[in-house]
Amino acid sequence: MAEDGKEESVATDDESDHTAADGTGSLNNTMVEEGSTLLRRMEICVAEAEKRSGKNAVNMQETFTVYLIETRPMDAVVEGRNPAPDALWRRYSEFELLRNYLIVTYPYIVVPPLPEKRAEFVWHKLSADNMDPDFVERRRVGLENFLLRVASHPVLSNDQILYHFLTEEHGWKEVVYETGFQAKADSRLRALSATFRVRNPDKRFMEMKHYSDELQSHTSQLLRARARVADRLYGVYKVHGNYGRVFSEWSAIEKEMGDGLQSAGHHMDAYAASIDDILEEEEHYADQMKEYLFYAEALRAVCRKHELTQFELEMASQDLISKKQQREELATGIVRTFSFKGMTNKLFGQEAPEQREARLKLLEELIAEGEDTVKEKTLECEEHVEKAWVDMQRFKEQKDKDLREALINYAVMQISMCKKGIQVWGNAKECFLKM
Amino acid sequence: MSVGALKGLASSGQKPITEILHPLSAAEEPLSVTVNVGGDKEAGLTNGTPVETSSPASASSLFNRLQLDDDLEADVRDLYASTETRDLFVTVDDPKKHVSTMETYITYRVSTKTTRIEFDLPEYCVRRRYQDFDWLRIKLEDSQPTHLIPPLPEKFVMKGVVDRFSEEFVETRMKALDKFLKRVADHPVLSFNPHLNAFLSAKDLNKRQGLALLTKVGESVKHVAGGYKLRARPAEFCAMGEYLDTFSQKLGTIDRIAQRILKEQSEYLTELREYGTVYSSWATSEEELQRPLEGVASCVKTCCGALEDQSESMSQDFLPVLREYVLYIESMKNVLRKRDQTQAEYEGRLEAAILRKQEDRTPMPVEVEKCQDKVECFNADLKADWERWQSNKRQDFKQLLTGMADKNINHYEKCQAAWESLITLLQDKQTEDKTSETN
Repeated sequence: MAEDGKEESVATDDESDHTAADGTGSLNNTMVEEGSTLLRRMEICVAEAEKRSGKNAVNMQETFTVYLIETRPMDAVVEGRNPAPDALWRRYSEFELLRNYLIVTYPYIVVPPLPEKRAEFVWHKLSADNMDPDFVERRRVGLENFLLRVASHPVLSNDQILYHFLTEEHGWKEVVYETGFQAKADSRLRALSATFRVRNPDKRFMEMKHYSDELQSHTSQLLRARARVADRLYGVYKVHGNYGRVFSEWSAIEKEMGDGLQSAGHHMDAYAASIDDILEEEEHYADQMKEYLFYAEALRAVCRKHELTQFELEMASQDLISKKQQREELATGIVRTFSFKGMTNKLFGQEAPEQREARLKLLEELIAEGEDTVKEKTLECEEHVEKAWVDMQRFKEQKDKDLREALINYAVMQISMCKKGIQVWGNAKECFLKM
Repeated sequence: MSVGALKGLASSGQKPITEILHPLSAAEEPLSVTVNVGGDKEAGLTNGTPVETSSPASASSLFNRLQLDDDLEADVRDLYASTETRDLFVTVDDPKKHVSTMETYITYRVSTKTTRIEFDLPEYCVRRRYQDFDWLRIKLEDSQPTHLIPPLPEKFVMKGVVDRFSEEFVETRMKALDKFLKRVADHPVLSFNPHLNAFLSAKDLNKRQGLALLTKVGESVKHVAGGYKLRARPAEFCAMGEYLDTFSQKLGTIDRIAQRILKEQSEYLTELREYGTVYSSWATSEEELQRPLEGVASCVKTCCGALEDQSESMSQDFLPVLREYVLYIESMKNVLRKRDQTQAEYEGRLEAAILRKQEDRTPMPVEVEKCQDKVECFNADLKADWERWQSNKRQDFKQLLTGMADKNINHYEKCQAAWESLITLLQDKQTEDKTSETN
């Protein structure tokens, strides 16, 4: 925690020039953790998206979207030179690969999530099409956000593969596969999907896991409810649009009232149309909530990983204990527990001393091996606990800060909606008063 | 008074109008004229025009049409009087429920303040039920057939599910009755009607006439009259009819839109409430974010409350006015029909008279001239009422729509204030954090 604090203070020192340089980014920078390494050396943005089509692995024609990643060395930016950025194109699947690599390589880190692959929690008006320009744009923002989060992470940002991803278009995939993370990922996946019970769970991690479940359920509930609210609000506004038509038709048969009605009708049209922008803007809030929905998953993965190492440690120590017991039995000849071996011994008499010696030796070797494993696992477990705890605390702070910001932004959005409403109805009122 | 009403319905009186004499009727000899006119008419009718004019209903209305000369003058006089110095103020309020073994009903307090000499006292306070208002309206319609009588709220609300004794229903009806009575009291002719006088001042309203029968007959008259083709209906009345058709169509659309908005809003409200509870339940599993999330929850709740108020006022203030005008249009159409009928009668007589004139060169009968007068008076009355109605309508809709805008603005203002206070709450906490960090 003390280290954390130091990092924070460093970060606040750098904040001023940091935000100034990042001004070009479309993302609100508050969402990114400061005190970064890579982000201080490099300006990163996902500048644009483009639709492409090509052949996939099985030689089928497919359409996909690629995203332009632009990077510029920070010192050049600070010095006021404005060099052309280095740019390269990446597909969503490559982002996925990068993230998977990071998850496997840094099991104790709450790895930032990617934006959703397919639009979820949509309200009816919003397109669920992956090629929809609005969806692609929101995903572009989300991918940029992901890169900024990773590049500003105290641990992840120093990764060479990440640097490679950002700077060299070709040969990156091969380098990733060379790390052999895939094999690790597979075994990890298998281990994680198996059910097991830890005997001595770490209370802190238990709580954290519980929390991640709650975070997930609350954010998903929130998103669902918001989508429904958006749907209904859309309906309320759009029905008002009908006033526009009827007022204008009605104005045709009126003398003194005609003009007022006619222009009030226009304001009603404007009112109905205003909801499109309002809800489009609100999608940004939904995206922020979605990020934390997916973060919850990442947090749980870290907890699960801890349980797994803890479980492996417990299994290893269990094994060691039973080995030691066997050795004891063999050395003293006392069978403490009922076993098949004991039975055969009793039935067929004691084995030859040489045999016994050999078995004892083998056991000794196994025990030594087991002790090493336990030591190793204990170390791994302790390391995981320590590092994971640090990152979880970092995550928690980041989450509190981000979500608070998000709520403030949401409130600002609501206020602007109210102001728009007051303005439109105010205009309409003027027209009504002229009648 | 309820007993009186029941008795009134049972007896089927045939002389409805003479029960209470019109103040201006003394100068004329109405009954004899009526008989005369009726006889002549039957003789003079050609080409199968309706002969129902001999029915008591039309006889009584003819009698009333004879008052028109005087009424017209009164009309012009009072048009100014009513705008400048109003001397009759009525209010309907304080609904009370009465439960007896026979029936359950609501009465409303009708208070009157006036300086008119037609009233014995300057102030009255009586209790009336819906039936009494209904009686008054029918009486007005019968005794002033050339005038536009403001509508009463519907006897039963369309949706059968509405509880007739619910506070909301009674409140809405009370407002509509108040509106009705105020419109009558502000009318330069109707406000002098003796039936209104009786309605406002009589301790016990004596409704002895067979009302149900009378209205039925009256209606059948109207329908048959529609069959006669007028030679030349003045263009202005055609325009009125067309205007009313379009206007009622537009009102219908506005009514549907408003109801749809209410429905959408109530569904939105349901979702919004749930949305708020998601925030408050999330707050329980957070430490740092607990207060911000609770803040959002309470903010959403405030917005729900504001929306609820808005929807309520829409359904209680906005919709009833639309409904009133839909009924008003019906009343207006009724008067237009009656006017056509009068004109038809005149044209029929004129035709017959011309025919006879060609035969035996007798002068134009007096009755035909009287009929012509009637038509002219009717036209004048109708035009005056139309003007008044148009200006009332303009005022009412100006007020109604401005009110709607105000309600919406008010709703947004409440929401805005809530969100603004939330931001201060959230930011305060943040600056607090920042200062503690730097310290």
